Amino acid sequence: MEITLTVNGRAQALELDPRTTLLDALRDHLQLTGTKKGCDHGQCGACTILLNGRRINACLTLAAMHEADEIATIEGLAPPDDPGALQAAFLHHDGFQCGYCTPGQIVSATGMLEEARAGWPSHVSPNLEAEVALDRSEVAERMSGNLCRCAAYTGIVEAILETAEQERDVEPREAAE
Amino acid sequence: MNTPNTYIGGHVERVEDARFLRGAGRYIDDVTREGMLHACVVRSAVAHGRLVSIDAEEALAMPGVHAVLTAADVTGEIPTIPFRRPNPKIGPYAQPVIARERVRYFGEPVALVLADSPELAEDAAELVLPEIEPLPAVVTRDAALAAEPLLFPGTTEDNLAAVFTAGKGDAEAAFAGAALVVGDSFSTQRQTALPLETRGLLAEWDADAQHLTVHGAAKLPFFNRRAMAKMMDLPETSVDYVEHDVGGGFGARGEFYPEDFLVALAARITGRPVKWVEDRREHFAAIAHSREAEAQVELALDASGRILGLRGEMFMNVGAYVRPNGMTPVRNCAQFMSGPYRVPNIALQATAYVANKTPAGTFRGPGRYEGSFFIERLLDMAAARLGLDRRTIRQVNLLTNAEMPYPLAQIRPSDGSRAETSCDSGEYSEAFHRCLQAFDWEEKEKLDGRLIDGRYHGIAVSCFIEGGASGPAETARIQVAGDGGVEVYVGSSAIGQGLETVMAQIAADTLGLPMECIRIYHGSTTYLAEGWGSYGSRATVMGGNAVREAALALLARFRALAARRLGVGEAEVSVVGGQAVGPDGAVLDLADLAAEGLAGEAKFLNSDATYTNGTAAVHVAVDPETGRVEVLDYVVCDEVGRIVNALTLHGQVTGAAVQGFGSVFGEELPYDDDGALLVGTLADYLVPLATDYPRVRCLSLESYPSPTNPLGAKGAGEGGIIPVGGAVANAVASALRAFGVAPNHLPLSPARVWALLNPPD
Ligand code: FES
Ligand code: FES
Repeated sequence: MEITLTVNGRAQALELDPRTTLLDALRDHLQLTGTKKGCDHGQCGACTILLNGRRINACLTLAAMHEADEIATIEGLAPPDDPGALQAAFLHHDGFQCGYCTPGQIVSATGMLEEARAGWPSHVSPNLEAEVALDRSEVAERMSGNLCRCAAYTGIVEAILETAEQERDVEPREAAE
Repeated sequence: MNTPNTYIGGHVERVEDARFLRGAGRYIDDVTREGMLHACVVRSAVAHGRLVSIDAEEALAMPGVHAVLTAADVTGEIPTIPFRRPNPKIGPYAQPVIARERVRYFGEPVALVLADSPELAEDAAELVLPEIEPLPAVVTRDAALAAEPLLFPGTTEDNLAAVFTAGKGDAEAAFAGAALVVGDSFSTQRQTALPLETRGLLAEWDADAQHLTVHGAAKLPFFNRRAMAKMMDLPETSVDYVEHDVGGGFGARGEFYPEDFLVALAARITGRPVKWVEDRREHFAAIAHSREAEAQVELALDASGRILGLRGEMFMNVGAYVRPNGMTPVRNCAQFMSGPYRVPNIALQATAYVANKTPAGTFRGPGRYEGSFFIERLLDMAAARLGLDRRTIRQVNLLTNAEMPYPLAQIRPSDGSRAETSCDSGEYSEAFHRCLQAFDWEEKEKLDGRLIDGRYHGIAVSCFIEGGASGPAETARIQVAGDGGVEVYVGSSAIGQGLETVMAQIAADTLGLPMECIRIYHGSTTYLAEGWGSYGSRATVMGGNAVREAALALLARFRALAARRLGVGEAEVSVVGGQAVGPDGAVLDLADLAAEGLAGEAKFLNSDATYTNGTAAVHVAVDPETGRVEVLDYVVCDEVGRIVNALTLHGQVTGAAVQGFGSVFGEELPYDDDGALLVGTLADYLVPLATDYPRVRCLSLESYPSPTNPLGAKGAGEGGIIPVGGAVANAVASALRAFGVAPNHLPLSPARVWALLNPPD
């Protein structure tokens, strides 16, 4: 079947078997190989992408279902010559070893920070109504769908916390200007 | 030599690896070739049986399916996979690259389907029907110890692939004169390394040049090239193994597996590039397993807690065949069980038996993790019996620097790999004290054994050594490119340990250049005529020293060429910061002489192991209602001789510790009575998540450089995992002391801990 996917702001027409997962469409048909496959069963998070700004496992959904959606992958998050704040924080806190889970971690963290900003509580949030205060356990809980077999978790959590703090520091200043 | 740089030991981030953060890493499944075919392996669903026939007709009839290869497509004898550590007895147990008459484990390859897409290949593989007459499956030690050969009748006498002894002194006499003998049975469960990236290969055959290229190398490309060349009947120079980015190895990835040969054979037969990427389900059955060990061991001590002797038996289930490194955990467990302690008399026997399960190999800290668990449990049991503090019993037995080199037990039969070896340097009590200080033992001891808010708290300490720098050699070549950039080629492999950064630090420091000038190339046989790779915690020591020596050779050549160009004597030229300065102040850059072949080569030879030593302390809380154990704090301190990169070292140690918790609490590969593997997804095999073990702290010391190499470095990175089993089990025992439990069998899953507290009447 013929379908058009909008990935990282670009619409592209594809000829696909209707059974093709969104992950395989990205990797094998659009050559966007930054998104990884660790299990193909929704159990590792290596394939995390943003669908209309929300994080999902691309291996668990069919490409054919997403013609109308905005898809963002790791390749679309930051220009190659200018790593984003999250990427810089991952480097600084040694949030990766083999790097295989890393694209999924960064995309997931991007979506997660957005969720926290929007005030979504998590399983460990003490108060479902209050503004979300990200601490170590909140971040770990919200990132628990992203496996890292190298267990770089300490660095990953630190990197995300630092990025969240930077954002908090920057936002009021911007508002004042 | 005047080097202004101090990258070694400095805070250096992994700048070179920043591609991983942009999704620009290139792992094997990201590599494609025009016209390539996709392979899917048909595997036996029967653990043990006679392979009668394979019906591939229906699969072959599918459009887009090109071939189904079976043992019949292999001309002559089916090649077997060579051993890394040959010994006289294991010969008949080598794994054939494809099953011909008999299958011996669930998941053993019986055919290979080649099709236009991976999906097609998978669909077609389901239509390939092997007819297998089942034989009784051998899954337990009792069954395997039966007198008659069950897996290899006709070629073997029994089911024992090897029996190693580790010996030293006179154990019988030591036991006869002991004030106390403690002993018990222990076991560790079968598990696997489980890298997040499954394995994959892409083979290309160039018929005109008669050349084979295998992409997807890791760990030991040069050994695998030799093996492949032999099996393919090609000269070694006609085979290349190419490394791309590697999504984790932990000892299991990169060994020669049946698929290495099958995928290459497919490329050679079809003349087209062939790619195979393992899916997660088959990964569980196909990649090497490890750690299935049982032991009946005893320790003899004097009244003050000094160890007099160690003896006993160990049994390892090594699966259906002996894989290239299948004996490593077996011999290691026996040789290194004495760990960092002064044990003058040792008589241990380690038996490797075959059974109808996936063949075993290594997983991080192979044999050492198991052995450490056994001896640490024995030490705590002995301390209790002697009324000694658990710290004291370790302190009096830890090795001192004055005793170095301190010989460990000798392994027989010798497998050519350090059958005799000695600890190299270190005052082992220093890491011990630093660890306990950081852990705050005195404070935490107040909680030990107490019930607080419904949970029992317990603490424990355990000490370890970690062997590194596996010999015999490593190679490196450094050359200056036309733009003045420095290209470093090294035989070591990157398996996610930050190798590029570490090698660049060493090269930059030795050459006196900024790291930005250095480009690292590694892991592929195309770069160097010979090389070894990354295994046994060797890359930093072996590769690092090779890079250092190559850099020194390059500097010597630079000086010589500069002297000639300037028309002065070599002694009159000084070389600093990548520049040669003549007596009259004339300056030449590396780039100025690049055209004259500015290069240096080195082969770093070293057959002496390095031994990192360390101590770990843990604080747990046990919920008696559920059996769940929470790790509240874990501190590991290691003495690594020389810290090249503290950031990546700590990443390795912490990651290893967390993997260790996965081992201790849950990861397990159970089989049913028919030899079927009961794990197929990550939902059945519980690896640690971000939420699980947040409190791991590590510190590293570098007070005792290794005398075995000029950098003074010691292999490190496995040390985080080695002591975990013993530390956690002892902490659980201490927490539950009121109940007198003996957590001697891993994993300490909630169900098992609960059962310890609620024994059947
Ligand atoms: S590949 Fe999608 S969750 Fe693992
Ligand atoms: S960095 Fe290797 S899996 Fe996360």
